[in-house]
Amino acid sequence: MEDCLAKKMEITVSEAEKRTGRNAMNIQETYTAYLIETRAVESQSEGHCAPVESLWRRYSEFELLRNYLSVTYPHIVVPPLPEKRADFVWHKLSADNMDPDFVERRRIGLENFLLRVASHPVLCQDKIFYAFLMQEGGWKEMVNETGFQLKADSRLKALNATFRVKNPDKRFTELKHYSDELQSVISHLLRVRARVADRLYGVYKVHGNYGRVFSEWSAIEKEMGDGLQSAGHHMDVYAASIDDILEEEEHYADQLKEYLFYAEALRAVCRKHELMQYDLEMAAQDLTSKKQQCEELATGTVRTFSLKGMTSKLFGQESPEQREAKIKVLEEQIQEGEEQLKSKNLEGRDFVKSAWADIERFKEQKNHDLKEALISYAVMQISMCKKGIQVWTNAKECFSKM
Amino acid sequence: DLSLPNGTPVDTSSPASSSSLLNRLQLDDDLDVETRDLFVTVDDPKKHVCTMETYITYRVTTKTTRAEFDLPEYSVRRRYQDFDWLRNKLEESQPTHLIPPLPEKFVVKGVVDRFSEEFVETRRKALDKFLKRITDHPVLSFNEHFNVFLTAKDLNAYKKQGMALLSKMGESVKYVTGGYKLRSRPLEFAAIGDYLDTFSLKLGTIDRIAQRIIKEQLEYLVELREYGPVYSTWGGLEVELSEPLEGVSACIGNCCTALEELSEDMTEDFLPVLREYILYAESMKNVLKKRDQVQAEYEAKLEAVALKREDRPKVPADVEKCQDRVECFNADLKADMERWQNNKRQDFRQLLMGMADKNIQYYEKVCVT
Repeated sequence: MEDCLAKKMEITVSEAEKRTGRNAMNIQETYTAYLIETRAVESQSEGHCAPVESLWRRYSEFELLRNYLSVTYPHIVVPPLPEKRADFVWHKLSADNMDPDFVERRRIGLENFLLRVASHPVLCQDKIFYAFLMQEGGWKEMVNETGFQLKADSRLKALNATFRVKNPDKRFTELKHYSDELQSVISHLLRVRARVADRLYGVYKVHGNYGRVFSEWSAIEKEMGDGLQSAGHHMDVYAASIDDILEEEEHYADQLKEYLFYAEALRAVCRKHELMQYDLEMAAQDLTSKKQQCEELATGTVRTFSLKGMTSKLFGQESPEQREAKIKVLEEQIQEGEEQLKSKNLEGRDFVKSAWADIERFKEQKNHDLKEALISYAVMQISMCKKGIQVWTNAKECFSKM
Repeated sequence: DLSLPNGTPVDTSSPASSSSLLNRLQLDDDLDVETRDLFVTVDDPKKHVCTMETYITYRVTTKTTRAEFDLPEYSVRRRYQDFDWLRNKLEESQPTHLIPPLPEKFVVKGVVDRFSEEFVETRRKALDKFLKRITDHPVLSFNEHFNVFLTAKDLNAYKKQGMALLSKMGESVKYVTGGYKLRSRPLEFAAIGDYLDTFSLKLGTIDRIAQRIIKEQLEYLVELREYGPVYSTWGGLEVELSEPLEGVSACIGNCCTALEELSEDMTEDFLPVLREYILYAESMKNVLKKRDQVQAEYEAKLEAVALKREDRPKVPADVEKCQDRVECFNADLKADMERWQNNKRQDFRQLLMGMADKNIQYYEKVCVT
């Protein structure tokens, strides 16, 4: 953790800019580009700062980076990207990708992503990541040259493995259940929160009507006029205050969203394990059947039903030479198979070990982050209430002066 | 200003009326709590089940040192009908005065339980206020019907007695169905009329806003009620985080309770007062109309006198005096109403504030993780 990139370099996503250009299909499109700034942190600051380097990246490039990392480090819980499209919106927030508030929150999310990768003990050392930060041109080509897309497991294969695997590590099975539940509960939470925000917005805004009617009323009153007028002003303040409050709350929602997406990353690691385990089981099964075949050929007994057996029964047995040849081939295959099995076993065990280490790291991070998020949410609520008290106390004073 | 067709100006406000106006005001100022000699309370609602109907009675307790009362203390049971009767009687016998409003007779809104605790309590408070306002009034509180209301064991017998004297009705009818056309309304009363119109309008708007807020708050409450438990569910899923998550869930639960209380208080204390004032404004307008009628009658009589060229000072004088009284009392009552408005507004605004405060304080106490 000491030599992770985050300690050696300041990384920020400082700006976002709307651009138009032509995409791969030569169709004009509008997109947002983000400015990544990096600066080396001198361990002994002698009053001089290293120069700031910067380059522009768009969201799709971030996606490419993440895909690369997920495939290259399948045992790592890779930090998620902020959402592509605005989700869990409540009525005031727009679902438009070009909306400045959305872009701003995305900017923060992307910066957060980079910082998470940079502070990860394994991921931060990746050269492609480094190049992403430092090298504007030719990065895409560099990534594609790694050929990581070929290493990616097909979804279908993974799905198959999930269903068919017989003996996955119990911890991973539990983890998968956990991440499923986590995903479901956080989604639910975010949905309800959006509705709560909507309703709260309504309550505050209607109070604004008080402002107007008090003002109109104060016009016909003599002694009560001033009091009403000022109280009305406070009602307007109250109604307006909800905008800031809810904007802050969006930040909390974003923190929750990050862990919602993290659940997916957890699942990916579990899937990889299941795939590897399935692979292992298949290899073992294959080996066992080959050994059996070999034995049968050698001893001439047919213990298992096979088409070969049937055809040979029908069309006559093969010659001893043919049998010898077959046995030889099988024995070679068996040897290969045993070596493969050994290495797969090793791989699997290594994977489980390193994956679990990262998962523990992740758990700690998650507990820490979420605790902080909850605390800051509570703090937000308290400050919202204090503001409310302020406004109503002011209004009360105005009323008392009527 | 009114004037006879021959040009002689008519004095519509005699010195007598001004001084009487001052007297009224002074009397009012003297009505401090310490010097008050009549105290009335409405409490202890009870349900009565009879063969024909079910109804609620309230206990009306009177404590007094006034000579008009035989005993220093009285305690009687009255139902809404009786209050209604009292109000009508007061309107009849003191047509130039502003009679405080009663809570609505029929509850039109949806399905309201006439015997629910909240409804009965709201009504009790309104009835109590009604009697207290009469008690505070320098003239109304001495009304004989009021006296009987407070003291009679059997009010129904007295009521029947009153019905027989229909001749008395005749006089009050004259005021209402005079049918005279008004020439010119003094600016003062026109202003009051306009004020009352706008006032009722604004109160109506506030009533609607308050109802809307309560509705929005209740919808917010619905969502909050779903929100809290999700944190609990999450807490069940986690190990280290379960405590803080449960904490948040509990907080939200408390917020729900506090919000519920706020909405209830608004409905029970705030809205009824608004409606009461709207009713007040209505009856004030009626009094204004009557006043107009009286003035119109006076004008018509004046014309008649002028045409007949008779020296009949008596009728105009009567009418004039009448109008004086109306003016005085109207001004008096308006001043009263303003004062009361201030205090009442302060009162229930403070109530609203207090409610909001409570809500917010709840949040504070409870949201500390």
